[in-house]
Formats: sequence, structure tokens, C-alpha cells
Amino acid sequence: MLRVDSADSSTLLLKRKSLRRELSAKQDLRDLRVAVLGGSTTNEVVDLLELHLLADGFRPTFYQSDYGRWYEDAVLDSAALVAFAPELVYLHTSGVNLGGVPPVNADRAAFEAAVAGELGRFRNAWRAIDEKLGCQIIQNNFERGPSRMLGNLDATSYGGRTRFVNAINAAFADEALGNRRLVIQDLDTLSARLGDKGWFDRHRWFAYKIFGTPDANLAIARSLAAITRALYGKSKKCLVLDLDNTLWGGVIGDDGVDKIKIGRETASAESYTAFQEYCLALRHRGVVLAVCSKNEEENAKKGFSHPDSVLKLEHFAAFRANWSPKHENILSIAAELNLGVDSFVFVDDNPAERALVAAQLPGVAVPDVGSEVAYYADFLEAGHYFESVGLSAEDLARAEAYALNSQRAAQTAQFADYGEYLASLAMTAEIAAFSPTYLDRITQLINKTNQFNLTTRRYTLAEIEAIAANPQHLTLYGRLSDTFGDNGLISIIIGKKQGTVLDLELWLMSCRVLKRDMELAMLDSIVERARAAGIGTLRGYYKKTAKNAMVADHYEKLGFARISTDGEDSSWSLDLSSYQPKNRYIKLKEPDRG
Amino acid sequence: MADILTELTPIFQDVLDLPDLALKRESNATNVEGWDSLAHVNLVTAIQQHYKIRFALGELEDLKNVGEMIDLIETKLKAR
Repeated sequence: MLRVDSADSSTLLLKRKSLRRELSAKQDLRDLRVAVLGGSTTNEVVDLLELHLLADGFRPTFYQSDYGRWYEDAVLDSAALVAFAPELVYLHTSGVNLGGVPPVNADRAAFEAAVAGELGRFRNAWRAIDEKLGCQIIQNNFERGPSRMLGNLDATSYGGRTRFVNAINAAFADEALGNRRLVIQDLDTLSARLGDKGWFDRHRWFAYKIFGTPDANLAIARSLAAITRALYGKSKKCLVLDLDNTLWGGVIGDDGVDKIKIGRETASAESYTAFQEYCLALRHRGVVLAVCSKNEEENAKKGFSHPDSVLKLEHFAAFRANWSPKHENILSIAAELNLGVDSFVFVDDNPAERALVAAQLPGVAVPDVGSEVAYYADFLEAGHYFESVGLSAEDLARAEAYALNSQRAAQTAQFADYGEYLASLAMTAEIAAFSPTYLDRITQLINKTNQFNLTTRRYTLAEIEAIAANPQHLTLYGRLSDTFGDNGLISIIIGKKQGTVLDLELWLMSCRVLKRDMELAMLDSIVERARAAGIGTLRGYYKKTAKNAMVADHYEKLGFARISTDGEDSSWSLDLSSYQPKNRYIKLKEPDRG
Repeated sequence: MADILTELTPIFQDVLDLPDLALKRESNATNVEGWDSLAHVNLVTAIQQHYKIRFALGELEDLKNVGEMIDLIETKLKAR
């Protein structure tokens, strides 16, 4: 059968009647009485909502107000609505129903009166429904209008419609926080996702009083179905994740922990890191995470000891890495966690595994995420799987901890001087000799860094491996973290011993950490190691290229003495006998080896 | 150009849920079961999505039957 949750609007509308027949034949559907009070023609939204609710295990019966009579039905003439006795009332209004927009010459008082007046009209409707029916109300907020009389000023001026919509939406949000029977559907965001052209349809508005496109109505129906699932405890609770090419790039069993793609050093690694961060954020808001991977368990677990892995083993409530079929593993995870498989979402880059799980366990949501991790989070968002209508006490406790962090950030928003700013970043660096985990990244960084690069020498991976193993070389990499997160591996020095002199063949740094004093921390470290190796002098070289002018005075600023100049190239030296450490703002920590 | 009547037939069959409907040029809202104003909106939406065309406001109001609708679709497809 066609999949309702991922089919497009034209297919669903075309096949609606036969789909409805097939879905209605399912057993164990929960009856649900839904009243839709509309400010425009609601049939298409209701048709699409019906299909989604049927697919979600409900058997809905609908009441629809006559065209445009949402207010009258709720407040004045409610006999038919009361007789219908809905469990859910959806007030489907949109920008076309927004009244009381202040005149263009409105001042602050007139604007505030207009907001209060329109809010009052909706409050009347909510109160009347509450008194007469005592049921759950879903009310949408408002999308931006298709036209802006005042252009950009429309969002600023008291006479601007955009400003009015913003104020009404904020007032609706406040109202919902104080009223457990009222849930706000965020039409504002839904419409922004589709854009004006994908949302509004003037023809359908003038011809049929349908304000939006079929795609707009589908987006509305899907988000309504998600709110309904949340209200009836049917939202998903657990995200089951594959590992190889899902949480990191590459195959850990073949490549080893040193070679999997995760971190900040390449675009591909960053996309896996971003998805791990998204999964961790889901965990913070209460979604349970589990692993289901075809791997040796020992290998699979090693992946989370990678220093750049955002997710750690302790974030997973269940962990299955073996060679059994995935649907069997998912059943065993469900048993271990005491959750139904119908509360599971399964993400795997392999379409064969997805097809198997979808076929064997029809209750599990298996979004067709494709194979590009950069878009996995979008598919999870589009599925509305983890919708909730309120945050639990536990969620809020976590939210409080985050709130404290953001307060700290706000307190340091103004700085007396640059040093105070650097101190506020609470920077921590890991500076150490090249180690096997990082050789790939070191080689990549060496071959792509052009600006903060003193000699712009390029090396192959084999050369870097040889240098790392050769005691004639002193090597350093630097990683830097700050309050905003981990910047990854961002600086490299390669020095070659010539008696008591250390020749700095290479010194480079990623521009994302310019002006953080990271070069001072690197210099302190190389000096310390050079002294320990019996070195008395550092020798530095600047080789001019088309792109590295920013470091022409690098050695001069660090207190090196100029030895010679050859055109625009220069050589420098530093006597280590009187060197004092220069770094003040970056704390050093030991390498983290899992 | 493909036979538009042949292409419209399954669209009408699906939207109206009449798998055996034999659509003709003479078919109209009075002689096809279930072709009411709501079904009309669904038919127009489906036809516009199928052909990726837009009917202008007023263009549909004067049509007497499926035949005239086919002629209008043909004009629009040629004009592209």
C-alpha cells in the first residue's frame, strides 16, 4: 500500500478514496471525534488529515463548520457543534481571517489596542469552546501575509501587518503556556518552510476560498496528525541508529577507529558530527537513543571512543552490534527497554536494511533517509516523529541547566578589553606530538591551509607517517575548544633537529581560530619540547606565497630575531635560554585517548 | 499529443472512486455520479497537478462538458 506519511499531495488527493477504504479496513482503530472550525474552505485539509489519522491508528469522524463560520460556531450558534461532542476542536484560521489590523498611521497605543482586541476575539472563542465542550483545542498561529504594504518597515512600524502578526503569534504562545487545553499549531513555521509560492494560491482562494496550495494543506494535515499523536501518547519515543555511514563515515570494522569520518576536519566528517549533535539534542529533550548495527560489538563500541565522537556510549539506552537480522535486534531492544516497537524510529543509510525492518515490523517508522547524512535530520523533522505538546518535569530540569549556561553567555556580552574576551571563551587546547588517530586529518589540513601557513610545504600521508615515526623530528598538533564548542584539530608544527637547532619546516593554523593566542600556546609547547631534547635555538622561515601575507610578521611578533632576507622571504631565530611562556588564556589538557 | 480523454479517465476514476467510469466528451456534472462542487475542486486540482498547467479564473465557469475541458487543456499545452 502507498505510504501516507511520505506520499506527495497529488498522489494522496488522487488516490484518496481508495486509500481511505483500505485504511478503514484495519482493525483496532481508535474512534476520534474531530470538529474543524474553519475560516476558509477546510475540506482538503480534512481529507488529508483523515488519511493520516487512519494511518496512525485512529478512526476519525469529522464535523466541519460552514465556510468561514469558525467564530459563530464556537461562540454564538453552537448547538450542532455541541451535539457532535468532539474530543478535539481544530480552529483552522489563517492570515486571511486575521482581523483588526491597525491602520498604517497607528501609534503604539493604537497598535497595542489592536493586538488586545484581536486576541480578545480568539480568547472568546477558546473560552466558549472550553465552557461548552471542555475539550482539547488546537489553534494555529498566523503566517506572514503575501504582501507587505510597508516593505521592510512592515515588521517595525506600529502600522505594519507583519509586526501585528508577530505580536499576535507571541500573544498566542503566552496564552497557550497558561492554558493546558490550548495547543498552538505553528503555521508561521510551516508556511516559511514552503515559502510564499508554495503556500498561498490566489486562484484557489478566489475560486473556492481555499487559501493555500495542496502542499500547504498537506503540511497542515501532517502537523495536525503529529499533534494528535502527541495528545494521545502515540509520538515516537526511541531513535534506533545504525553506525557505519550513519553515525560516522566509513566502516569501522575495515577502517579502524583512526580512519572513520567524524569531527571537523572535512566536509564529510562535519556532516556526521552535525547529525550526532542532532541526535544528542533529541536525547536532551527526552528521546531514547539505541544502536542497531551489523558489526563486532567491540569494534562498534570503539567508534564512540574516537575523540571527535559527540555521542558517547553512555548516551545509548540499548546497544546491539552483531550479525543477527536488524528486525530481530529491534524486537530485543524493545523488550529490553519495555517499549513497543510502534514507538521506534529507525535510521539506516542502507536501503536494504530499511526495507527489511519496514516489512518485518510495520509499527516502526522507517523514513527513507537516502544515503546523505547531511539530510538525515531533515527527514526526521519532516516525519514529526517526536512531537510533544508539553515538556515533562525532567525535560524542564534539563532546560534549566541550559538556561544557566545561556545566562553566563549573556553576562559576558560586553568586554573591557580583548583579553577579557579571550578569557571569557574558556579555551582549552590539546597540544601533542602527531599520533596515529590524527595522521589523516593532519595531512588534509597541511594540504588545504594557505593563509596562516609559514612555508606552505605539502606532504603526503606516507611522508607524515614517516615524520611521525622519526625521532629527528619534533611534531605538534593542536586542538582548541571553547565555550561555543570544539574547533577540532586546527594547528600543526613540524620541526627538524639540526644539532642544537630546531628548523621549523612547517607551521600552520586554520583561520577559524585566528586571534585566539593559539600560536602562543603552540610556541610554548614547541619550546618546552625542544628544550627537553637539548635544543637551544628555534629557526623559523617565512616563504611568501600569493595567499600567506597575513603571517609575514609572524616570527617578528613572537620575538624571533631576523637572520636574513631573500626578496620577500625571510629567516628568523629564537634563543631559548631566556624564553618565558607567552600563553595566558588557553588552558592545556592531556590528549583524550579512548 | 497523447489522447487527453484517455489520460483524464483514470484521474476521474480515482478522484470520484468510480473504477468503471467510461468518461466521454459529453460527460458533465449532471450525468456523472458524485461530480459535485467538492469533487469538482478535487478534479481541477488533480488535472492541474497532472498537466502542470493553471486554469485562469473564469476559464472553467463556461465549460459545458469534459469535451470543452479537453479543448481548453489542449490549448494550454500547445501554448507552452
